[in-house]
Amino acid sequence: MKARVFVTLKNGVLDPQGAAIAHALGTMGFEGVEGVRQGKVIELDLAETDAVKAEATAREMCEKLLANTVIENYRVEIA
Amino acid sequence: MKAAVIVFPGSNCDRDLSVAFERATGQPTTMVWHKDANLPQGLDIVAVPGGFSFGDYLRCGAIAARSPIMRAIVDFAGRGGHVLGICNGFQVLIESGLLPGALMRNADLKFVCRDVHLKIENTESPFTSAYGNGGVIRVPVAHHDGNYIAPDETLSALRAEDRIAFTYCKANGSAGDNPNGSMGNIAGILSPNRRVLGMMPHPERLNDGALGGTDGQRMFEGLVRSMAPA
Repeated sequence: MKARVFVTLKNGVLDPQGAAIAHALGTMGFEGVEGVRQGKVIELDLAETDAVKAEATAREMCEKLLANTVIENYRVEIA
Repeated sequence: MKAAVIVFPGSNCDRDLSVAFERATGQPTTMVWHKDANLPQGLDIVAVPGGFSFGDYLRCGAIAARSPIMRAIVDFAGRGGHVLGICNGFQVLIESGLLPGALMRNADLKFVCRDVHLKIENTESPFTSAYGNGGVIRVPVAHHDGNYIAPDETLSALRAEDRIAFTYCKANGSAGDNPNGSMGNIAGILSPNRRVLGMMPHPERLNDGALGGTDGQRMFEGLVRSMAPA
């Protein structure tokens, strides 16, 4: 079972990398970019076959390692 | 004073830190590999060095903070042991939960490597007792992720409990010249019992006149004095 984890900065946390991407897009001529937030995607290949258990495990992984919950939010998708 | 320095794959300030302790204590520093589950007996202080542990993968310090030795260090701190984390070591201490907040990418996205001035905000700790209150010292920084951030309530608690050890400042001591955009110009913070210090600047790199200064070495000498049996 595959789990996809999206880790993003919380609202209100300054994202200098997102700001740099927004600036670069502007200089390339992409207009109307009103904000950019960057984050990361982590794909997990799990032996678990129960979607509920897989999600619970992935969320526990987020809490303990994959996300820094001081500054980051996470979202788990099971596929 | 018996000191140990932890070594992770990618640590690169471990030898400098060891030398700084040896000069201050007059005895050898124990080097401890990250896979060890236990610290040597009879330690007074454990130091987590700078570098790029585990290649800064996932987040700076995140993988190192889950290594076997860190569980022993968290226990050691819980028993009242002294722990010093410098640069990547500060990131590791934060990731392990020994200190609050987070260290993000520098506000200007650049790796910064230069001398900075630090204001001594609190001399009531074994780490800062050698410095005068409100004094200014010069030590180098060398990091990409030193931008300290914490929720408002954490910042308020750090201030109320006088746990901010160092802030970045200009040479004359006035606020400013912050190399990474950290909240409140924070460069180093203490645990509630003031026995755990995390800081981005590198005192171990200015421990000899030949290196351009000795402001850093005073921290290690102060530690030895504060831990000497009365």
